Amino acid sequence: MSAGDPPVSSPEIRRLARVLEPGHSYASVTDKIASIVLTRPTSIGWLAGFGLAFTIMMVLMISIAWLIIKGVGIWGINIPIGWGFAIVNFVWWIGIGHAGTLISAILFLLNQKWRTSINRFAEAMTLFAVACAGIFPLIHTGRPWMAYYMFPYPTTMGLWPQFRSPLIWDVFAVSTYGTVSLLFWFVGLIPDLATLRDRATNKAAQIIYGMLAMGWRGSARHWHRYQSAYLLLAGLATPLVLSVHTVVSFDFSIAIVPGWHTTIFPPYFVAGAIYSGFAMVLTIAIPLRAAYDLQDFITMRHLENMAKVMLATGLIVAYGYFFEFFMSLYSGNKFDVFLVQQRLHGPYSHYYYALILCNILTPQLLWIQKVRNNVAALFVMSLVINIGMWLERFVIVVISLTRDFMPSAWGRYQPTFWDWSTFIGTLGLFTSLLFLFVRGLPAISIAEMRELVAHSEEHS
Amino acid sequence: MNLPRPHLYGLLGEFDTPKQLLDAAKRVREAGYRAIDAFAPFPVEGLSQALGLGRKHDLVPLITLLGGLGGGLTGFFFQLWVSASSYPENIAGRPLNSWPAFIPVTFELTVLGASLSAVFGMLALNKLPQPHHPLFNVERFKRASNDKFFLCIESHDPKFHLEETARFMQGINARHVTEVRDED
Repeated sequence: MSAGDPPVSSPEIRRLARVLEPGHSYASVTDKIASIVLTRPTSIGWLAGFGLAFTIMMVLMISIAWLIIKGVGIWGINIPIGWGFAIVNFVWWIGIGHAGTLISAILFLLNQKWRTSINRFAEAMTLFAVACAGIFPLIHTGRPWMAYYMFPYPTTMGLWPQFRSPLIWDVFAVSTYGTVSLLFWFVGLIPDLATLRDRATNKAAQIIYGMLAMGWRGSARHWHRYQSAYLLLAGLATPLVLSVHTVVSFDFSIAIVPGWHTTIFPPYFVAGAIYSGFAMVLTIAIPLRAAYDLQDFITMRHLENMAKVMLATGLIVAYGYFFEFFMSLYSGNKFDVFLVQQRLHGPYSHYYYALILCNILTPQLLWIQKVRNNVAALFVMSLVINIGMWLERFVIVVISLTRDFMPSAWGRYQPTFWDWSTFIGTLGLFTSLLFLFVRGLPAISIAEMRELVAHSEEHS
Repeated sequence: MNLPRPHLYGLLGEFDTPKQLLDAAKRVREAGYRAIDAFAPFPVEGLSQALGLGRKHDLVPLITLLGGLGGGLTGFFFQLWVSASSYPENIAGRPLNSWPAFIPVTFELTVLGASLSAVFGMLALNKLPQPHHPLFNVERFKRASNDKFFLCIESHDPKFHLEETARFMQGINARHVTEVRDED
């Protein structure tokens, strides 16, 4: 137990406060985590899960192929609702991607020991979520093969991107975020890849992990620079993670559309991103620890702490909703006032009420410790919050676009089969990548778990 | 009896705990050896200092700073050049040098430049990737990535003498003291 922990009395409280169950040694954490990748046979459950995820991913492939053949007309988008599902899903996925880097970078800088066993798969989740997010703006362009137009390259036409546009900022923010998250994840993996290389018994695994480990041998000189690079990356990723959803919110708030043009968007988008990201980490962590008996490493303390982060960020989001609402009325701007009325009584009001139920009301149950310590309740809660955050983006995109300044410009939006199949397909892509990751790479950082063991030995 | 042969890399000793390794590293330094390195399955606090690796051995922060400055300055002035010189667009007479609009991309490129420099700088200074190393010839060294701690005195150290150094290593409680040879 770490030195900063509160004094503990009863065994039950002590059990709930642990970030690592007692009785583990360097070798036992190595064995336990590496065996998931190296020695355990592929289970029926894994095959069934991966098979299902892969099938759903094929739905994505078919949807994209059909989109490329027919064009974006297969979606429900129209004028004035040019954004529709593509942007709703983009913002939802990129938000989910925020928890990984938050856990890795911010909690690392704050010296939070409980990040150790959840950072690796949270970072992986970030990468996969960013991959899913990146698909949407790309295919939403209608001509994805022309997407390189968004990057500044010397063209024969003498054209350059418009650097005053938030959409171009977005290209840079998301691609930087993807790259830095990948670097962070890979740097963290290097020592563990060396462990897998040294423990692998079959030739192919030795060669693959050997190449990826790049000859890491745990030299003190290497660790010295490694630690300073890791710390610097954490320091760089911290403002980056806050900037990404800020820039995403600029896509909306720079525009003058009612309900979008507000200064509260950046902070409340960032809080919402962390909120949904932690919900997704819980959605993944709970089945993962059950499937691979990782309850010793991903303890109740982890689940409870994540629940607390969800509660806190959920309250920030609730504050954002409230002030969005209040400022619209207080401003007296008739378009803003009208938008609020449309949210409450318009054709999409049921989405708005569902959003309030999922994002604000249900999470209040997390004030109760019994709920925070109930694994099943947390799992359900995380799903509810994921749905709520999706609804939030739907409300923002669709209600504002269908009800802007002139009644003659109003419209309706109805997602089509292909909208849904593309969205559900990305869930398949995300889950397939997670299944492959859990089987091919250590889902928990082995080197950092050893540090935790060393730390708890010192204090016992 | 034998003088160190050219393909002798050094002597490797094994320890069970980070504390033993730390003590051994201090004593090896005190005995005057300089060409030494320690190996651990996780970063051991205080080991760098025990081996005499100070801040000056660490160029990673400087490289990161330069990478960040390079990325940021390139990003800013590139946008300025594009928007004001190469492809100026007069939109209702608004200024061409609209610098606040260039800040998001400048920020992102600063972080990107710094991060890439931190990682690739760290790898380059560590001389990685390096698929082959004499230490990998030692079978027990596999446990350096699991649960054991190692200390190596390299043969190019002026004080290195195969037998005396081996005896010295046993004296500081190193177990399984092994000659590391580079078979080519």
